[in-house]
Amino acid sequence: MAEELIKTTVSSEEQQIIANSTEIIPIMSDLLLPPELRYADIIKQRQNEDGSELSILNLGPTHPATHGIFQNILLMDGERIVEGEGTVGYIHRAFEKIAENRPFYQITPLTDRMNYCSSPINNMGWWMTLEKALNIEVPKRVQYLRVIIMELARIADHIICNSVLGVDTGALTGFLYVFQFREKIYEIYEEICGARLTTNMGRIGGFEREWSPAAFRKINEFLEEFPPVWEQFEKLLTRNRIFMDRTINVGPISAERAMSYGFTGPNLRATGVDYDIRVMQPYSSYEDFEFNVPVGKSGDTYDRFCVRNAEVWESISIIKQALAKMPEGPYHADVPDYYLPPKEDVYTTMEALIYHFKIVMGEIPVPVTEVYHPVEGGNGELGFYLITDGSRTPYRLHFRRPCFIYYQAFNEMVKGQMLSDAIATLSSLNVIAGELDA
Amino acid sequence: MALETSDIQNKLVDNFELIVRDFSQQHDIFSFEVDSTSILEVMQFLRDDKTLRFNFLTDVCGIHYPDAEADRQFAVVYHMHNWVDNVRIRIKCFLNGENPEIDSVTSLFLGANWQERETYDFFGIIFKGHPQLKRILNMDEMVSFPMRKEFPLEDGGRTDKDDRFFGRTTDNC
Amino acid sequence: MSDSKINMVETPEGYEGTGFFATKLDTVVGLARANSLWPLPFATSCCGIEFMATMGSHYDVARFGSERMSFSPRQADMLLVMGTIAKKMAPILRQVYEQMAEPKWVIAVGACASSGGIFDTYSVLQGIDKVIPVDVYVPGCPPRPEQILDGVMRLQDLVKSESVRRRSSPEYQELLASYNIS
Repeated sequence: MAEELIKTTVSSEEQQIIANSTEIIPIMSDLLLPPELRYADIIKQRQNEDGSELSILNLGPTHPATHGIFQNILLMDGERIVEGEGTVGYIHRAFEKIAENRPFYQITPLTDRMNYCSSPINNMGWWMTLEKALNIEVPKRVQYLRVIIMELARIADHIICNSVLGVDTGALTGFLYVFQFREKIYEIYEEICGARLTTNMGRIGGFEREWSPAAFRKINEFLEEFPPVWEQFEKLLTRNRIFMDRTINVGPISAERAMSYGFTGPNLRATGVDYDIRVMQPYSSYEDFEFNVPVGKSGDTYDRFCVRNAEVWESISIIKQALAKMPEGPYHADVPDYYLPPKEDVYTTMEALIYHFKIVMGEIPVPVTEVYHPVEGGNGELGFYLITDGSRTPYRLHFRRPCFIYYQAFNEMVKGQMLSDAIATLSSLNVIAGELDA
Repeated sequence: MALETSDIQNKLVDNFELIVRDFSQQHDIFSFEVDSTSILEVMQFLRDDKTLRFNFLTDVCGIHYPDAEADRQFAVVYHMHNWVDNVRIRIKCFLNGENPEIDSVTSLFLGANWQERETYDFFGIIFKGHPQLKRILNMDEMVSFPMRKEFPLEDGGRTDKDDRFFGRTTDNC
Repeated sequence: MSDSKINMVETPEGYEGTGFFATKLDTVVGLARANSLWPLPFATSCCGIEFMATMGSHYDVARFGSERMSFSPRQADMLLVMGTIAKKMAPILRQVYEQMAEPKWVIAVGACASSGGIFDTYSVLQGIDKVIPVDVYVPGCPPRPEQILDGVMRLQDLVKSESVRRRSSPEYQELLASYNIS
């Protein structure tokens, strides 16, 4: 059984033979070959006068710098990257296929595991898609609570991205300090839904329980303790000569190329385009809040770092506004067809028992419709394209994953740069393997 | 001066009469169908026209309809977004079940490259003119196309899970 | 300050005298190995983030001897497989395991590494013990850092009681042969 799983790769002896042989392997199209063989051809053809030659470097899939598993085979001229090709799919878990076989409430754990650094955003995005499809209106309080949890998740995501960018350029201290605050965010998630990382938060129409006073207390404590620490983190890196030399003009991309590649989110905002779905197409009452959309100028690593820093400040401000203006009201919509009734009612009233049974068995009224709902995830426009066919499972569910779409541009962004620049660029793009492969 | 869906519809019908059809408003997205042979023209028009200005390709995905007629078994769905007037549209192209082929839009939008590879990987839809149409997420040696409805979700050869305990029988899994 | 919460570690069985302590080689080597396990964090998905939390100062796996995360297989003692392993990734996991030098141990962290987890699909390997021998399984999705640390502690127990000759014994060779690892 184990031997079937072992794929034969081109060994270095074979590569040498290929490089030294005079005949070219006949192939239909060069680009369909694995990159090692294609580069072996190029190396053979491009011997320099001084005897030096290009080399092939395999970056990944297991590499401390690739936070997640994806492979890049690079054609190097010494330390400079001439060309590269990426391979993804090392963690392909077939989410879209699984989703066709699961009832709607069982798809939330799948959405959790896409961008696992900020799973509440994925969860809320999914619930909002469903609510759009089922034509459910959620109360104001739920919308404000959702905004708070999504902004907390965005802060958590940017904490990881920026501190790990620090680690990749050699500065481990920032990581250790701000990770303490990720623990605080985990505690807040635990108060609300019970889980730390893969939250599976919310239900159709709202939340499963009212947020406890402890949750609000922890959020307020977080809002007091975190800003000075984030300021310290910024002071550590933002005007640090070494960090600036490592990240300015590293991995740049122009705004037109970025838009053509389908970039969204902080990576696009770093090139100067202020596209933010929270402003363009406000969902869940984002129009009630005042916040800025930070943009960069040149789309390089330093700009991405600074844009994410600034977004954390904006998120903190949004959470403060939401807490101040929090309306009273129910914590879920009044949709007995889709929202499980409280257990006491299920055990005592007939109606609630019937609703409970129908929801769990999946005999809920589902219209036949198609809906596409985007949310502003930590990495950009996370879209859910749902086609229902009246049954309890979707007919087709497609996730528009921002990581998958912008990672295509990576090889272009690092062409001509050094290897360590490629590492810094990869880190600053915030590629999360779960979202890349779904 | 907002871009109304009636403007989009009129412009499209004026320029591409027989090729576009079936206009409808699905929740907040205006969607229509385009013949699969002329998707490149229509998309270029949508991108370059001065009033339509759909400058962003949001998403490319495929759908399999095994119960539909032979000429409409596969669909490729494009979502486009106009950032200036904030309008989204959805374009559907239906393809033949036996050999689903459609032009690649990579020449218009670079971001379509991997998305079309993913659609090829999952459904087997060939994108003509694609610079590098090979599998992206699944293993390179795979011969079947897993998102087609007839392909099972679970790996049939696994020995540690007993399908009886999951309520799965040969008819329902 | 003697506190009832402080654990005193028992000395291993041996013969003690002034200035010397005699015990079995196995015990001493086991102690040394157990308290200095350098992990190779093979982090693929969500469990990897929980490992980052374990590595952080709140839960601190460094107190257990895992101070240096070695990403080079040659220099690592324990392979922590955290996250889903897809079939595409299995040969690479196998290669990394083979490159590690003996003695080496494997912890499967998370439900996906132990048995495929919630992803019972065509593309996911249903447990890494299909390709490499595993010593400790830590269930959870993702397991809390305390659980990961518990897994490391169970591995420490295993390591402490392991014989020095185990790696050249016929049973171990048979185990490797069952996985086709020469």
